[in-house]
Amino acid sequence: MTMVHTPLLLLPLALAAAAAIAAGFLRPRLAAFVGCGAAAAGFAAYLAMAGGVAEGVRATAPLLAVPTLGIGGGLALDGLALIFALLITGIGALVFLYSADYLGADRRLGRLSVMLLVFMLAMLGAVTADDIVLLFVFWEMTSLASFFLVGFNHTERGARQAALQALLVTGAGGLALLAGLLLVAGAAGTTSISGIIAARDAVLAAPTAVPAMLLVILGCFTKSAQVPFHFWLPNAMAAPTPVSAYLHSATMVKLGIYLLARFNPVYQDEVLWQTILTWFGLVTSATGAVLALRETDLKRVLAYTTITGLGTLTLLIGVAPAEAATAAMTFLVVHALYKAALFLVAGVVDHETGARDASRLGGLGRAMPLTALAACLAALSMAGLPPFVGFVAKELVYAVKLDGESSALLVGVGFLVNASTVAIAGVLSLRLFFGTRQPTPRAPHDPGLAMLAGPILLAGLGLIAGSMPGLLGDRLVGPAAAAMLGRPADVHLSLWHGPSVLLALSIATVAAGMAIFAAWGRIVPGMRRAAIVDVAGPAALYERGLARLLEIAAGTTRAIQHGSLRGYLRLLFAVAALATLATLLLRDGLRLPAFDAAGLDARALILLGLPVGAAAAALAPTVFVAILAMGLVGFTTAALFLVFGAPDVAFTQFAVETLLVVIFAAAIRYLPIRRRGYRQRRERVADATIAVGTGLAVTLALLAVLGTPYDSRLSDWFGDQSLAAAHGRNVVNVILVDFRALDTLGEITVLAIAAFAVTALLRPIPKDQTR
Amino acid sequence: MNDSLILRTSAPLLLWLSIAVSVFVLLRGHNAPGGGFLGGLMGAGGVLLYAIARGRVAAIRFLRLPPVAYCGIGLLAALASGLPGLLGEAPYLTHLWAFPAGLPLGTTILFDLGVYLVVLGTITAMFLALVGD
Amino acid sequence: MEILFAIAIGTVVTASVYLFLSRDLLRGLLGFILFGTAVNLAILLAGRVGPMRPPLVDAAVLGAGAANPLPQALILTAIVIGFGLTAFALILTLTAHREFGTTSVEELAEAETPKVPANTAAAATRREAA
Repeated sequence: MTMVHTPLLLLPLALAAAAAIAAGFLRPRLAAFVGCGAAAAGFAAYLAMAGGVAEGVRATAPLLAVPTLGIGGGLALDGLALIFALLITGIGALVFLYSADYLGADRRLGRLSVMLLVFMLAMLGAVTADDIVLLFVFWEMTSLASFFLVGFNHTERGARQAALQALLVTGAGGLALLAGLLLVAGAAGTTSISGIIAARDAVLAAPTAVPAMLLVILGCFTKSAQVPFHFWLPNAMAAPTPVSAYLHSATMVKLGIYLLARFNPVYQDEVLWQTILTWFGLVTSATGAVLALRETDLKRVLAYTTITGLGTLTLLIGVAPAEAATAAMTFLVVHALYKAALFLVAGVVDHETGARDASRLGGLGRAMPLTALAACLAALSMAGLPPFVGFVAKELVYAVKLDGESSALLVGVGFLVNASTVAIAGVLSLRLFFGTRQPTPRAPHDPGLAMLAGPILLAGLGLIAGSMPGLLGDRLVGPAAAAMLGRPADVHLSLWHGPSVLLALSIATVAAGMAIFAAWGRIVPGMRRAAIVDVAGPAALYERGLARLLEIAAGTTRAIQHGSLRGYLRLLFAVAALATLATLLLRDGLRLPAFDAAGLDARALILLGLPVGAAAAALAPTVFVAILAMGLVGFTTAALFLVFGAPDVAFTQFAVETLLVVIFAAAIRYLPIRRRGYRQRRERVADATIAVGTGLAVTLALLAVLGTPYDSRLSDWFGDQSLAAAHGRNVVNVILVDFRALDTLGEITVLAIAAFAVTALLRPIPKDQTR
Repeated sequence: MNDSLILRTSAPLLLWLSIAVSVFVLLRGHNAPGGGFLGGLMGAGGVLLYAIARGRVAAIRFLRLPPVAYCGIGLLAALASGLPGLLGEAPYLTHLWAFPAGLPLGTTILFDLGVYLVVLGTITAMFLALVGD
Repeated sequence: MEILFAIAIGTVVTASVYLFLSRDLLRGLLGFILFGTAVNLAILLAGRVGPMRPPLVDAAVLGAGAANPLPQALILTAIVIGFGLTAFALILTLTAHREFGTTSVEELAEAETPKVPANTAAAATRREAA
């Protein structure tokens, strides 16, 4: 494989970033068109590189390398990244165009454009990142963008809840992913993704290999709405329809699939990996297929079929045969095309009729023929009928399932899932646009070109790709499957295989689907009555868990942030005292210095002033008396400094004590200093206990310090160098202004800040600012 | 403002005396007990006394600048004292010395003067804020 | 001597903590000052005490028999900073007293509390989630 350094790879990201900034200053409609332009230009850039990628060239570009942290950074484009990048930019361009009319005169269109651009930037970064740190940052950025986009109608409670739910579920998964990626990177010795794949054996041999793999899977499952994390996706339909089409069907929810495919070369031979992906994928696709039949809201129906599609993709990554990679990548493209088209159609219907309940809509085809055309094209691809590309994909998927182990179960469930998909496709096309016309809040007609371009182009592509599957296979699916397998893939897509088991299966699927479609009107109410899903589903579990978490948080906050200063201080001192005492007594026993009577002299008498003054201050009936007692302690301290050879300190202490008296005297006039203490008796005992404990801890700690030999090297050095190096005889002053001048500078800065603060605090408040 | 005539009359004298003593303490600090911290406290004591005797307005008039300005000047002086050392490629705040005519002069004096001014400014600012109304 | 010194410091700490825990801000402030004094003395003691001779260089070097200069330098700045903080805290107390008419910690906490009780925000989030 050849590598090519190309700045072209950075262009789409740079365009998205620049457009996101510019869009904030532009008129809303113009902002949407700028977004469309940026996405289209990005699409063109990727398309320009597609030829090289198909020939096995790997395009790379540097981005955000932090060598000191061991982060290599960098982007890389291979087949897998390319397929995603084209979907992101291509569908993105159409979605921007669509939004311009969908939101129309709404002033929030500008905001939507900015956020969609940020999202596009993040998605492109995530799929082209060749570094797990970069990947993770972009991954989380998509979660955040999704949060803001789901909560776009933030005045509605439902939208806010859905946004929070999506963020919490994908965010929690993101944390798991981070942990997993770090473990993998640790085992591989590099954060580069290509490096990790190259170091496959080291990654698999590491003792943390299994937890790392499970964590990565967990992150991918939350993002791609696999059971049991699927519930956030239908709720995310609170977002505006262009957002649902873009984020929640075509791109973001496939990011988990992307990462599973990306790491598939590392794990593809692991039985655990295969087992988990296969069975969770199967259950997810079945869950989506069944729950889709409970819904009538167009967007929610589509959301559940998206879950089905995501489950199928996970399953395809999990099953072993190499053909599965081809099937997965083909289905990925197919699904993105028809699902985005159908979402956009649903948006058109909602926009033009004012209703989106499938059970109350019908016969719209006469009023909106072009929309009907787009819907039918997309639905045919979704149902998997020839000559649509959906047929190709369905055949491939069936083939893989027939080949593998437990094929009976896989094919059986797959058959039911596909039948349900066919039925839903029927609902979205036949039921909506044909049959009897149902009354709607607004008189519908086809929308303008901006809103039609997306659905028609995407649905039409399904037909075009179906008619030339070879091109799709060679140019896109082949390189992507190769990247997913870590070796060249032999891909031949074709529409017609001749009569076979597969064809029979396809015909049976369509027949079963039509049967379900015919009975749809009766099935849905029946399914809705199965309330067990609402009570026992993971969504209910999430609700209860979240409520409980908030209760615990509130309780903890009330318990430790009670707002009582005394409470905080009591806890602080009690913990400090107990921790000190415990350390002193438990660590290596308490060794106290011996009492040396010879060392005593008259200076000990001065020491007496401390306990006397302290006791008087503590027990003083009024603050005024306490101030006086405190003065005694202060002056005693100054005297101690003087007799223990510290005249500088002593004079400073004298000066400070004097100034304190002056300052207190100035303040006294305004303060209640004659007030008596008002502590209850029990409080006094508790406070005194804590106080004595703290005092004891300090005394014992000091004695423990005195019991160790003093290391006087530093003091000696200052004493030796004072005159020689700093030309000063007063060692204390020399330390302050010379040896440790930087410390002193910091200290006088603190003083100056205090002075500024006081001046600001006591400045009279101007009249107009008073409350 | 204080009613005592003696205090009011002697206040300027005491103020200048304490300023003189504080500067003396500041300057001798490098070789004997004293220095910027102590000097600043003593100088502030003089200003406080003057403010008590003659009132806040008189004290501010004597200082000519708002007290916090002294903090700023002091900080700048201390910061500047470290700069000459940089010329000799030594780390910041490496002090230089010169001995013109045997008189020891070093950038430490500028630094200590900065400390003096910050301490003086801080205490004065706080006290004048307290007696402000 | 050192043992007595340590015990004396312990008594000052005890008194300061007792004052700290008072309901009255002013007493708390006095506790703060006393605590600072005790810490300064503790630094002095930890650098060992004994000699009466100040750390002034007579000959070329300081030599033995003089007090330890290092703790003194630390304490000197600590005293002045402590004083600055004390004055600052006193002025805060004064402002609080002027604003709310009390120096009682509890009454101030009540006066400070916004009209909305603290746990309503959590309750709102809970309702949101439900």
